[in-house]
Amino acid sequence: MKTSGLITRRQVIVAGLASVGGLVLARYPKNLPPTYGNLLRMGDTLTYAAHRGLLPHQSLVREYSHSDITSFPATGTTNPGVTEKSPLGETYRQLHSGEFGAWRLSVEGRVATPRTFSLAELKQLPSRTQITRHTCEEGWTAIGRWTGVPLCRVLDAVGIQPSARFVVFHSYDDWVDCIDLVDALHPQTLLAYGMNGRDLPIAHGAPVRLRVERQLGYKSMKYVRSIIVADEFDDGGKKGNIQNGWAWYTGI
Amino acid sequence: MVEVVDERRRAGGEQLHARWVRISHWILTVSVLTLAFTGFVILMAHPRLYWGEVGNDLTPALIELPISRNYQHGGWDAARPFYQNVAGPVSASRTYDIFNQNGWGRSLHFLAAWWLVLPGAVYLLGGIVGGHFRSHIWPQPREVAPRLVWHDVVDHLHLRIPPASGGPRYGLIQKLAYSLVVFGLAPLMVVTGLAMSPAVTAALPFLLIVFGGYQSARTIHFVTFVALLLFVFVHVVMVIKSGFRSQIRAMTVGGLR
Repeated sequence: MKTSGLITRRQVIVAGLASVGGLVLARYPKNLPPTYGNLLRMGDTLTYAAHRGLLPHQSLVREYSHSDITSFPATGTTNPGVTEKSPLGETYRQLHSGEFGAWRLSVEGRVATPRTFSLAELKQLPSRTQITRHTCEEGWTAIGRWTGVPLCRVLDAVGIQPSARFVVFHSYDDWVDCIDLVDALHPQTLLAYGMNGRDLPIAHGAPVRLRVERQLGYKSMKYVRSIIVADEFDDGGKKGNIQNGWAWYTGI
Repeated sequence: MVEVVDERRRAGGEQLHARWVRISHWILTVSVLTLAFTGFVILMAHPRLYWGEVGNDLTPALIELPISRNYQHGGWDAARPFYQNVAGPVSASRTYDIFNQNGWGRSLHFLAAWWLVLPGAVYLLGGIVGGHFRSHIWPQPREVAPRLVWHDVVDHLHLRIPPASGGPRYGLIQKLAYSLVVFGLAPLMVVTGLAMSPAVTAALPFLLIVFGGYQSARTIHFVTFVALLLFVFVHVVMVIKSGFRSQIRAMTVGGLR
């Protein structure tokens, strides 16, 4: 069979797959979460790599109107001052009784100028308000109005170093989680201090919670205590999702 | 093509299941059963279905399924209104430790979904390119005459099922059922699944629009699951009625005896 000068269907398919594959590989994340040999975590990593390789990094989630706001369950920790047994619980109680005037968010790690922010200082940074859908891994959804400072503004203020790849969060309910820079620099990723036009309620993570809108609810950490910019992936050990049997990436 | 080689391998003039069909069949069987099981476990964590974008324990449900201890548990403290209007949106906290196995349930569901989507895509591509769908799965126009359809329906109702042929010589209702699953229900399952992904719908917002919202997509995902379950049940009954041992042999090692 002579094929010279002809473009066969097979050649088109192979060339097409090769060029798509090249594009995907170029966008494939270099640092992947640890799987500890767990098949389920490998599946999570495949989903993460596919999303980062195939989906646009800057697409925004749908925003709703004021009349779309719905009732909103508060699940997980609803007051670290009551439930948290470590010294963090006592600290949170004191901060709460002082209406979070003494609350400080430390931002450190691979940054040019590590510093802390008071609630008032965060509120002085440019703010963003968005009405978005919260999607819980359990299967329920709720729409709320969030006001806060885009995380990228805070990261700009401290200047992240070129080697940085992840942003790690610690909370007053003693949880550790991280997100990659694609989500950290996303315009809808907020450090939210307001919900439905008021201060963030205790049950929803006061004084400041994270909003990571392109992932499930449990990535939007409540009661944020500190932020560490890191070069390497940090699964939070026994205080993080992976070692507690949960997916780190929850875009699905 | 693989298809051509297998088509020429005949036993007593009967065409047998091609190797790629047999391999696809069992990979997809395992992934579908895993998806069904983990899907049910995920549903047990929140056995309420809704329509539209939003639904949660503080909003009314379309259906509540009595499939776990989370069914109508009512374990919420006093509702706190967000606004002056006490009839408006509220918040409340849980006073009840719910059933929730989604840590492994969700991850196993998505791992199985990869084993559905990737081999499924190869199967679809192979079926289209190799002519498998055209010659064996999609009903011929002359077959869909009302008289023939009625005849086949009556035969099935009397459980008059022809013995296993060992290959893709399918009856009319059989072809219609396979076409509905391959081109209808299975793709719908994948697409409604993707419509529940916040990252995917940020990139492809039309997914939420066509299904009318996240919770609508979730409800359609469940209804389609029930339809597929019904298909699997009837499929297994037909396999048993037409000769279980020879059908299993034909779909594993190939051949009839």
